[in-house]
Amino acid sequence: MTTAAAIAGILWLALTAYAVLAGADFGGGVWDLLASGPRAAGQRRAVAEAMGPVWEANHVWLIFMITGLFTAFPTAFGKLALALYLPFTIAMTGIVLRGAAFAFRGHARGAVEPLSAWGVVFGSASVVTPFFLGTAAASVATGQVDSWPTPYGLLVGAFAVAICAYLAATYLVVETEGTPLEADFRRRAVGAGLASGVLGLLTLALAPALAPTLFHSLTGRGLALLVLALINGPAAAWAVWRSRPRLARLAVVAQVICVLWAWAAGQWPYLLPPTTTIDAAAAPSGTLNAMLVVVAIGMALLLPSLWLLFRVFKKAEASGPRPAA
Amino acid sequence: MGTSLGFHIAFAVLGVGLPALLVVAEGLYLRTHDEAWLRLARRWAGAFAILFAVGAVSGTVLSFELGLLWPRFMAFSGSIIGLPFSAEGFAFFTEAIFLGLYLYGWERLTPVQHWLTGIPIAISGAASSVFVVMANAWMNTPTGFHLDPAGHLQSVDPLAAALNPSTATEDPHMLVSAYVVTGFLVAAVYAAGRLRGRDDADHRRALTMSMVMATAAIALAGITGDSSARFLYQEQPVKFAALEGEYQTQRCAPLHLGGIPLDSEHRVVLAVEVPCALSLLAAFDPNAQVRGLDEFPPDTRPNPILVHLSFDTMVGLGLLLGLLSVLYWLLRWRTGRTPRWLLWGLVAAGPASVVAMEAGWFVTEFGRQPWIVYGILRVSEAATTAPALGPTFVLFLLIYVLLASTTAVLLLRRRG
Repeated sequence: MTTAAAIAGILWLALTAYAVLAGADFGGGVWDLLASGPRAAGQRRAVAEAMGPVWEANHVWLIFMITGLFTAFPTAFGKLALALYLPFTIAMTGIVLRGAAFAFRGHARGAVEPLSAWGVVFGSASVVTPFFLGTAAASVATGQVDSWPTPYGLLVGAFAVAICAYLAATYLVVETEGTPLEADFRRRAVGAGLASGVLGLLTLALAPALAPTLFHSLTGRGLALLVLALINGPAAAWAVWRSRPRLARLAVVAQVICVLWAWAAGQWPYLLPPTTTIDAAAAPSGTLNAMLVVVAIGMALLLPSLWLLFRVFKKAEASGPRPAA
Repeated sequence: MGTSLGFHIAFAVLGVGLPALLVVAEGLYLRTHDEAWLRLARRWAGAFAILFAVGAVSGTVLSFELGLLWPRFMAFSGSIIGLPFSAEGFAFFTEAIFLGLYLYGWERLTPVQHWLTGIPIAISGAASSVFVVMANAWMNTPTGFHLDPAGHLQSVDPLAAALNPSTATEDPHMLVSAYVVTGFLVAAVYAAGRLRGRDDADHRRALTMSMVMATAAIALAGITGDSSARFLYQEQPVKFAALEGEYQTQRCAPLHLGGIPLDSEHRVVLAVEVPCALSLLAAFDPNAQVRGLDEFPPDTRPNPILVHLSFDTMVGLGLLLGLLSVLYWLLRWRTGRTPRWLLWGLVAAGPASVVAMEAGWFVTEFGRQPWIVYGILRVSEAATTAPALGPTFVLFLLIYVLLASTTAVLLLRRRG
């Protein structure tokens, strides 16, 4: 394996982390927007409490990925930036508004109106951002970087939103275990699971006609992971349905990982199919080696810190409902 | 891009400076068990939460924009200066993680543990600034790579690029400026509070603490700024000429205070001239030769009006801020109190420090024009060819105005 391939692998891991962590934060925004019923306020509070301590750290995976991409694969980055200018700009707007809205609203908790408008901004930006990131990802995966937007991309965008909502709902079931909110989020998990299942299968079914490159990848090198995803999907749905929150959370995360890595394995050794390979797009070896060193040092600092963060805020639930903060 | 940077920088400096104040205040609480320090720390933590969020998202926009607006710049430089950006990514990561622990951990951690989570925030905030400015320094004095005769990148030494000659002067100057701005902005808030009659112990303490930071930092900013200017005299003479408004190459060059450099007349009009002072300042020798703008082809010169005025704004405001700090401590030492006119001065010093910093940023950015990478790549060659730039620009301008005003309203309401 070349250094370039190792770095591509690291960046893909970062993308995976971004998807399962920040993806759930986007999903949280979706459920904030769709909060309803007698416990709507409680649902919003649960979302805010679950996201509060961790969303900024989750968000940094994206920054890591961007800086990593332009350091290690500058030409590919330049190409992507030009071709996908519009979806990236929209997603970026969503990211800015969403983060700021969350902070503003959290800050004004208890305070009155004009600020509650920021709640709507937070929710809608949480839908818009993953949608456009999904369409951009579809452009890369289908080898049609230069022809954004495609109808197929729109479908993938919708799939991305659904799976974010699914992730968030299953996490929130765990976070609200033992409270009345648990049932609310379980229902939402079932709904989001159905939606993402249907959209996912549709994406796959339409691939031979609309995205032959992607279909070829998924049924080529990506086949094993694709099959795993097809088996794991119903298993996740079963766990959600039968109220096995922890198992469900694990299975949904596994589902996202399978999909992302089936795509990655499928398009190997291309970074931007159909022409740009990982090695061809890579920066000179001096840069790649230095980057590996920086990443190694960085991760040595980062991983224990992350572990601490999640231990402090995400472990308490294991021993029953946590005390009110 | 410029707007994003100008916006981000104002939030980012608080991200560097505020955690330091937080850690000190909370540390004093742990030592003295005086609840007042804790109140200050918690109050600032709330403000910091908003500022950090806005700073973080605007920073994300920047990393995107680097690629979106300057695809050819990034394609060329990404592999050379991506390294500090990646390191900055990690510093930022650390900051975000510990910020989560700090902001939400008041009840879950012991007081000492909680205080300890503040320290990595302060360190990584400073480290972020250092790494990012390394990249900017490289744009001024690009080193650490070889081009073949056709202009293609042949080999890269990212460490040499990160530690390029400008890093040694530009990095410290930016870092201390962050503490200058934080110190004076916090001081302005509490000076305003005292002017409105809230003259309690909390306000006095907060003012003292922020003035300690502001005073120490403004002194260091003067020293580092001076060495920066001397460095430019050596390494980027055309920038130096522009910021001093110097047209003729001459010995015993005069220092122009204020005034407007006119290309058509090859001189600075309406300026106060101090004979030989520029040569003396730049080289410690009144007879040293200073190269003027006329020595450089017109298409390699920056716009001297903008650069010279920005430079004088920065230096002028910096000196005023220094003077104000000296007065503040002198009066406290002599009379033990702070008169109202001085409090008004401190209120004005907050925004003035931001203006000084932004002016300094103008100096380094516009002073490098027309180059994006000095001597290598022109701005015009590096910009994007993507459509719809105008609307995007307006869109982000509007978003920034909205975010800045909301932040300001929220922060002011906290005090009200």
